Amino acid sequence: MTGKILVVSTCEHELHYFEFVRPVTDILENACFEFKVVPLAKLGKNHLAKAEKIIICGTSLKDFGYLKLAERLSFLKSPEFEKPVLGICAGMQLLCLQFGAVLEKNMEIGLADVFFSEKFLGLESKMQAYSLHNSAVKDSTALRRGFSVFARSEKCIQVVRHLQKPFYGVLFHPEARQKELIENFAKCKL
Amino acid sequence: MPAKLKTAVLFSGGKDSTLALDYALRHTSVKCLVSLLSENPESFMFHTPNISFVKEQAECIGIPLLAQKTKGVKEEELKDLKKALQAAKIKFGIEGAVTGALASVYQASRVQKVCDSLGLECFNPLWQKSQFGLLEELQERKIRAIVAGVFAQGLEGFLGRKIDGRFIKDIMPVVEKYSINPAGEGGEFESFTLDAPFFKKRLEIADSLILDRGDGARVLKIESLKAVKK
Repeated sequence: MTGKILVVSTCEHELHYFEFVRPVTDILENACFEFKVVPLAKLGKNHLAKAEKIIICGTSLKDFGYLKLAERLSFLKSPEFEKPVLGICAGMQLLCLQFGAVLEKNMEIGLADVFFSEKFLGLESKMQAYSLHNSAVKDSTALRRGFSVFARSEKCIQVVRHLQKPFYGVLFHPEARQKELIENFAKCKL
Repeated sequence: MPAKLKTAVLFSGGKDSTLALDYALRHTSVKCLVSLLSENPESFMFHTPNISFVKEQAECIGIPLLAQKTKGVKEEELKDLKKALQAAKIKFGIEGAVTGALASVYQASRVQKVCDSLGLECFNPLWQKSQFGLLEELQERKIRAIVAGVFAQGLEGFLGRKIDGRFIKDIMPVVEKYSINPAGEGGEFESFTLDAPFFKKRLEIADSLILDRGDGARVLKIESLKAVKK
């Protein structure tokens, strides 16, 4: 047990919770981490104060409700906020949006080969990961000003890390095939 | 309160799709069940033993069934699934489909693509659920299913058994000995649902026979079912 992990749900429809949030909390539960789930629409200062780390989960292909709630994560821009954050799919997009990156239409459904240029939360070289997205973060100078790119698939950027803070983003869904990534994020001193 | 999303549930008559239906009933407005009746006993994606009895199950549940025949050949199955979901969209105005996909990225991503091409939401409420967790949840939700086919060594004795607490206890040592997936998602066994709290009538097997397909593969072929008042 290493303190509380705040798991943020970006799902607009409650039935998607079981597909995009529960698999993440199952991994945390199996590894004996304490966690709390909060919907993005209800995320407040009190949640942030208690959390030691934050995981922002993804959502379904047709769900774009999270884009209207990007403002809820504006605390990430504050110079004082330095807690580790892992954004998954929609969560990665929201993370990058805070720092001026833009999204582009880019669809992947199914297993994609992901090529790592550097080691990232225990993952390296090449692996097949489950991708399910309609948009991706565009590779631009705006993105590169805030993040370094750790991995790509043939179609888009898959993994980023903020240049100054412990903010991590993965576009694929590690809860399907790379469960160790989530465990490593929860476990490691970042 | 916004209106509940209208959905179709991909229903094979087994425990996983029954549990997915249970979720769908709690969170959406289920308009119909969609079943693919595969003529191929080794269907790639869809559950086959006793699939023709989904009609009786749907009647007991009281939800309309859209049954689509398929030859059960890999990519043809997807075209047939698309046809069935398209029909559900026209007939019932569904906005989403719910599946019982658990761990197979192959199965899940293909259904995702079909839904996407039809502009439908796709829900997979059992996604990545642990195998024992799934068996336990079936008990919590009072879903009564039996083992209707066994396809792996060591499971022969489980054919026809109720999937209950005792089943979970008994299958443990077999799972460990033969490294079998206890929920049968790797195709080790198939199940058939006889009752759940949302069934208006429960089903009883009136007549069945056991087919031995060799190499430890045995199927409980249902010949007739009886719907019983609850």
